[in-house]
Amino acid sequence: MASILAVDDSASMRKMVTFTLKGAGYDVEEAVDGVDALVKAQAKQFDCIVTDVNMPNKDGITLIRDLRALPDYKFIPMLMLTTESSAEKKQEGKAAGATGWIVKPFDPDQLLKTLKKVLG
Amino acid sequence: MAIDMSQFHQVFFEECFEGLEAMESGLLNLDTGDIDAEVINTIFRGAHSIKGGSGTFGFNSVADFTHVMETLLDEMRDGRRKVTQPAIDVLLGSVDCLRTMLASIQAEETVDSATVEKYKMALETELSGASGESATAAAVVASPPAKAEADKHLPVATEVMESVERGWKIAFCPHLDLLKTGNDPVRMFRELAELGDYRVSVNTRDIPAFAKLDPEECNMSWALEVEGEIPLDEIQEIFNWVEGDCELDIEALVVKVPKAAPVPVENEAELIPVAASPQPETELPKAAPETLPALAASVPQPKPDSPQPDNDAAKAAAMKAASTIRVDTTKIDTLINMMGEVVITQSMLSLITENFSMDKLPQLERGLSQLERHIRDMQQSVMNIRMVPISFVFSRFPRLVHDISTKLGKKIDLKLVGESTEVDKAVVELISDPIVHLIRNSLDHGIEMPADRVAAGKPESGTIELNAYHRGGHIVIEITDDGRGLDRKKLITKAFEKGLIDENGSALTDKQAFELIFLPGFSTAESITDISGRGVGMDVVRRNIQSLGGNIEIISDLGKGTTISIHLPLTLAIIDGQSVAVGDEIYIVPLVSIKESINITENMLNKIAGKNETYRLRDQYIPVLRMHELFDVPPGRKTNPGEGVIVVVERQGVLCGLFVDELLGPQQVVVKSLETNYRRVRGVSGATILGDGSVALILDIPGLVRLSNRVPSHPLKPQESRHDARIYH
Repeated sequence: MASILAVDDSASMRKMVTFTLKGAGYDVEEAVDGVDALVKAQAKQFDCIVTDVNMPNKDGITLIRDLRALPDYKFIPMLMLTTESSAEKKQEGKAAGATGWIVKPFDPDQLLKTLKKVLG
Repeated sequence: MAIDMSQFHQVFFEECFEGLEAMESGLLNLDTGDIDAEVINTIFRGAHSIKGGSGTFGFNSVADFTHVMETLLDEMRDGRRKVTQPAIDVLLGSVDCLRTMLASIQAEETVDSATVEKYKMALETELSGASGESATAAAVVASPPAKAEADKHLPVATEVMESVERGWKIAFCPHLDLLKTGNDPVRMFRELAELGDYRVSVNTRDIPAFAKLDPEECNMSWALEVEGEIPLDEIQEIFNWVEGDCELDIEALVVKVPKAAPVPVENEAELIPVAASPQPETELPKAAPETLPALAASVPQPKPDSPQPDNDAAKAAAMKAASTIRVDTTKIDTLINMMGEVVITQSMLSLITENFSMDKLPQLERGLSQLERHIRDMQQSVMNIRMVPISFVFSRFPRLVHDISTKLGKKIDLKLVGESTEVDKAVVELISDPIVHLIRNSLDHGIEMPADRVAAGKPESGTIELNAYHRGGHIVIEITDDGRGLDRKKLITKAFEKGLIDENGSALTDKQAFELIFLPGFSTAESITDISGRGVGMDVVRRNIQSLGGNIEIISDLGKGTTISIHLPLTLAIIDGQSVAVGDEIYIVPLVSIKESINITENMLNKIAGKNETYRLRDQYIPVLRMHELFDVPPGRKTNPGEGVIVVVERQGVLCGLFVDELLGPQQVVVKSLETNYRRVRGVSGATILGDGSVALILDIPGLVRLSNRVPSHPLKPQESRHDARIYH
């Protein structure tokens, strides 16, 4: 099963994402911010990254930009979880290399559906 | 997939409260003149996380509210709005309001919507002020969310009803670097295929010769046809993520088919622009059972309210959650580790006792002493779990100091030192109010007005330092200000005027003079303010601290400042005690108050008429209380002081001797409240259960010391203890 790295500084969101994804049989690891995620992503190859945008230390958009620069993550789907539904933020994310986004609030079904979309 | 979201609520609430604290301290750190972008970012992040979480977990009223805050903060962050003091104040008020909202939701109480509306109005007023941009933002916020909902659903309905076309024709020509965003045309087509009958043809003429081919680029384009009753936005949704990364042309596909009855679109959780606008909270509980099913079948709609705990179990869980403690996992690991050791020792012991013979006695003894050690360690670790950092108390002070100093027009820097010092949770909860009182006092009476400070050659802004550290089995909390200090003469005059001392006041030492402020009815404020209360404070503060088994001391330097230090035991549940025998009874003397124990002879006691017996301990006379007389214990075997022992105890520098039959030995005792099980008894602070099951009383040393210095020793009769109870609070 595909392995997913869930990045969020909020423990409750992280728990919710992990719980949902694990329940669907995915292999999930958590990271608390962009810096943590970058380290974890280099230690292990993930099939998909799901990241929050607003985080301390390193935000989600910078994380995506950094990951895209790595050969191993050139084509890996990366989704941003964002409350910002503005086109501007999405453009910023896309420019950084995000595959797509999930707008908060979302429920577990939406999350799974979106992941299915990118992971097949 | 049905997931019970309520299981995440507790973490969510804790996180929110942490977020609010961070926001609060951030707001307090915001200097209106000089904006630190990182500080605003932190505040923004707090609001943002709460908004995101509350939306997801179904607390739409909170999401709604934070959205307005977030909008305001976002403008500040982008520099579109100036950070003004009124704006900060509105935001601080909103933080309070949010905290109340969340607390009500957590307790499953009704949110006070009037207050919420009030703050929301204030925020919106703030928003609609200043720049034009913010006015539009406010308008967006103000537009009824219900309308946004309707807009969202409408196209779905009309498509189903009015569409004469039977599908869509899509020309999809990705840019070369489409793949580098992680998007894959194949999976998009797969999604299209799920919507209806689908045909695809690929155009490969742009693929370069193999030598020039870059496999990372996408050189193909496609023509697709999807047939079926498909709303346009579902098609657009699939291509939503690649918008801008491709040329996309979608047009209606006209197919001649007999008109079929409209099929409701499958209940499909909408992926992309999911309701950004929060829904009205009123629909939360009601709408779900009756009106939603029909709607839900045809309309993609996030239903964050569905997991709202509605049953008793969830309610009970929420109640239980009200008093939780966050524990560092290493503490729990240590405990589990130790539990393992105990289990091993226990199995070792049962092995020894299985076929016991006397030659195994040394082994058994060794095993038992090992068990004792493990249990002691375990006790230590269990107590450790209750320990929380003092920052739980300290963290509320920056706000307090900010509010009060603004009100008083004083400039104050608050320094917090040793915030990670750990102390028992029960102590933390009880110590908070006394410290608040002391800080208010420092702010109000201690620190001078800026002009006075400058005149006195001090920096314009005063400093208050809160410092916490461990010393022995105690935690010490110091509150230091660099204000005007306590005026010894003024204190004495005042106390004399109030009839609290006689005219010999000048004989008091500095320390004694400072302690006058702890007397009931003493207040040094020239006028009563709403900040420092009405002079009923300091005696209550001292009493509270003493009831926790602690004490409070003042050091002051006139014109330079005051330091108040509070000494508290680390925990209230267990004390180190010395057990002493009085007749057939056993009493426990808290070890911390014992200075020394001495054997004496009868002629070393001096009896002064109408006063206590005294004993000359080196260069001072100390009063002696005969415990068997005091507690009216049937005459012990040793009524002659020459045969017994004097235990010298100390309270705030005042000594007193307790005459007991003999010392039994030190031991740790678990303190049980006498008040909750029986009633308050003079001279006794609590009780404990000894190893043999009997009850021993724990002596109230502060009470006994005061008693010994005031009244002649005589038995404490029950009726008296009522009458005299005011001495012992």
